[in-house]
Amino acid sequence: MTITENKPANIIGTRLLRREDPPLLTGEAKFTNDLNIPGALHLSVLRSPYAHAKIKSIDVSAALKIAGVIAVYTGKDLQSAWAAPMPCAWPVTADMKNPPHFPLAIDKVNYVGDGVAAVLATNETASRDALDAIDVEYEPLKAVVDLEDSLSDKNIIHQDLGTNKSYTWPLLVEETPGCVAEAFKKAKYKVKERYVQQRLIPMAMEPRAIAAVPQPFGGDITLYSSTQIPHILKVMTAITLGIPEQQVRVVAPSVGGGFGSKLDVYAEELLCMALARKHNAPVRWVEERSENTQATIQGRGQIQHIELAADENGKITAVRVRIVGDMGAYLQLVTPGVPLLGAFLYAGVYDIPKAYDFECTSVFTNLTPTDAYRGAGRPEATYAIEMAIEALAREMKIDSFELRKRNYIKKEQFPYTAFSGLTYDSGDHLLAAEKAAKMTDLVGVRAQQKKQNVPGATKLLGVGMSSYFEMCGLAPSRVLASLNYSAGGWEAATVRVLPTNKVQVITGTSPHGQGHETSWAMIAAEKLGVAPEDVDVLHSDTAISALGLDTYGSRSLPVGGVAIALACDKVIEKAKLIAAHQLECSADDLQFENGTFSVKGSPDRALPLAAIAFGAFTAHNLPDGCEPNLEAQVSYDPPNFSWPFGTHMCVVEVDTETGAVEILKYIAVDDCGNQINPLIVEGQVHGGVVQGIAQALFEEAVYDSDGNLKSSNLAEYLVPAACDVPAITTAHTVTPSPTNQLGVKGIGEAGTIGAAPTVITAIIDALSSLGVTTMAMPASPQTVWRTINEATRGGKQ
Amino acid sequence: MKVSITVNGKEHHSDVEPRTLLVHYIRETLGLTGTNVGCDTSSCGACTIHLDGEAVKSCTMLAVQADGSKVTTIEGLAKNGVMHPMQTAFMENHGLQCGYCTPGMVMAAIGLLNENPKPTEDEVRMGLEGNLCRCTGYHNIVKSVLAAASAK
Repeated sequence: MTITENKPANIIGTRLLRREDPPLLTGEAKFTNDLNIPGALHLSVLRSPYAHAKIKSIDVSAALKIAGVIAVYTGKDLQSAWAAPMPCAWPVTADMKNPPHFPLAIDKVNYVGDGVAAVLATNETASRDALDAIDVEYEPLKAVVDLEDSLSDKNIIHQDLGTNKSYTWPLLVEETPGCVAEAFKKAKYKVKERYVQQRLIPMAMEPRAIAAVPQPFGGDITLYSSTQIPHILKVMTAITLGIPEQQVRVVAPSVGGGFGSKLDVYAEELLCMALARKHNAPVRWVEERSENTQATIQGRGQIQHIELAADENGKITAVRVRIVGDMGAYLQLVTPGVPLLGAFLYAGVYDIPKAYDFECTSVFTNLTPTDAYRGAGRPEATYAIEMAIEALAREMKIDSFELRKRNYIKKEQFPYTAFSGLTYDSGDHLLAAEKAAKMTDLVGVRAQQKKQNVPGATKLLGVGMSSYFEMCGLAPSRVLASLNYSAGGWEAATVRVLPTNKVQVITGTSPHGQGHETSWAMIAAEKLGVAPEDVDVLHSDTAISALGLDTYGSRSLPVGGVAIALACDKVIEKAKLIAAHQLECSADDLQFENGTFSVKGSPDRALPLAAIAFGAFTAHNLPDGCEPNLEAQVSYDPPNFSWPFGTHMCVVEVDTETGAVEILKYIAVDDCGNQINPLIVEGQVHGGVVQGIAQALFEEAVYDSDGNLKSSNLAEYLVPAACDVPAITTAHTVTPSPTNQLGVKGIGEAGTIGAAPTVITAIIDALSSLGVTTMAMPASPQTVWRTINEATRGGKQ
Repeated sequence: MKVSITVNGKEHHSDVEPRTLLVHYIRETLGLTGTNVGCDTSSCGACTIHLDGEAVKSCTMLAVQADGSKVTTIEGLAKNGVMHPMQTAFMENHGLQCGYCTPGMVMAAIGLLNENPKPTEDEVRMGLEGNLCRCTGYHNIVKSVLAAASAK
């Protein structure tokens, strides 16, 4: 069923302006660091300047003499404060190696930024000043920075593990044993490619901020944190600190972006809570930007090897993938699972037989831990298959779009059971791709390219594309179980009709820029026949929204939004029983439209929801056995992932003399099924695309061979500004998901997934006449210029 | 050091430490937390305010340097409960998502139009170079500023 079959009010699908905006636009909204908390002590964390070193001694005596300093703690001092190490919720294999990880390092530091000591002071200035007065004697060790160096186990980071390898996770799907090898033997065409996914820094504009407020006598503790995951954080901090869970409340006030970087349980959250309890006083901490680049997780960090086998028509017959994943120094909340989220997508949007051989080996390095960053595993996979498709087209000397067309899963094949056993819910890849091609004026651009890219020309035109599938809407709990994930993938919602017919929606999702308050109000308003402004949406406070699994993995709408629709259905069901009782008819004879129950065929026998809501509140005249009040709670476990898809294209001009790349046109055709609010959908695509462009052209966490981060602030790490990126032309096809009643799919990560390969394939296309077939990311002017020179001069500079 | 700074039309006499940055004076001394801090290198522009009518990054100057000046922060834009046309333009064009860069972005955009009332799209993009946003991809921010300009 799709929404069009049950559509009383026409609210869903409109470009309703966001209710979130006025407080954010006027400075009224409160981010964590804006909270006024009297008597709060300030925490500062001394961080290791070495990537790998033994801690010989720590002298805190001078720091303690600084006016305002209350206490200084080392890792050893706090050992007894932790009931368990910091959590990793995704032990992907039974034999995965997971070194103990505590909020402050004990004896040894493993990355630049690893916490060494914690200062508590009455004010922020004193706590920061005290950091300089702490004297730490280190014995530097050889840093392991390079993934292949790590794999060699020449220098082992966590000695007790005996190896730098955390795990190897294989996914071999063969129709008959040995059929992958057989396919490669028989293949008419083969390609074998290697790509590097550079490390990226998520750089949410709001650095992390935390305040832990204890109730020394009541025993409870409230954690305010700029987090994406208040619910998960509540459980995890309770376990790690050994506090009864019911005494922990977590609140995420306004949160200034996350992109996965606030999907974690961080050392500073645990430190604030532990020290607040120890000192019976609120403790707060705010991250500086240059601290954020080291102490907040990073994303990507993979070396990918992909091989395709194809028959004489270019039909792909087998896929083989080997990945090395960079975990960084420790496993954070879902670090090891990130490459697995891409494991099912290395065949992209293509119809391949059961001949798929994937294996990921993940290793430790002496670098900041990695974890989920917008797309998490899926942009990496999409990049690899789309680049490999281009390589295969070059090998076959045919147009890559033509090659894609020969391999796309066809519209009529949906729902499509993939090689992996997963079912792709719905799709029409050709439709989206052809729409993108038309909007790009592909024919015209190719003609222009022929004219422009003549021998000797220095401004070369190129067109790039990528077609993607996003596996999102995390997730069916049983599938997560099969991947060894420690939690479920459901989402909770409560819908309550108040006595005055105003509606409260309580959601377990935790927005940080996505506009859930607006969209969720639209869903409830449409279902219940009330105005969106009569619906209040409450979230991000575990005392109000007790159940939830928060916001990440483009899950909020296809799981959390659908949960709200289901809770509305339950409310309507109950209201119907009350209406039937009061109208003295059978519930089966009633219909519900535009907020009113009426007897089918006798429209004058009717009761508005408002009357039922008030009646449920007074409880004067309810059917026997019917509980007072009109509310319903739902925990919804989705039957499938949702599978948004689309095709992006872009046109670039590359200056061969300077290596500069200019994106002349960027077209994004995305299909996320039915849209609740197209305004918000477009915004998600714009932002996602620019983060993908940023990976392609600008961003990289650059480390030297000693493990020092060379791009540790916003002056050195190139988050693009408005003048660095193009306008984005968005368009959509609409293929509703058949697996949920709203027909919706996620959209939060799609742009990021589509963009990087689109830009890089365009650059390679522009330079193809010069013999360029590869391009490293980020394709900075220097990298582009060097690649051109290597291709044209046949040697390295 | 004693300073006298008029913020959002109200004169404040304060005693500040010489090293206090203007943004910390605004946020901590005056409690106006709408002005945000997003970096430590004057790169992000989240802290942009108006100093004597000109958009400046309040993290790049000391509070004492603002002595005798008139400062407008994001809280000072709305008049009589009605948002400034630039704020309205951002809302109508979905020029914000998480909203953290937004106060600075709005102040910078107003400053931009003060200097160039009818900018082209390229001029808007160049003019906002000092303000970073991680959510919107700038598309709708640019649209918002152009809409505000054409409404003038």
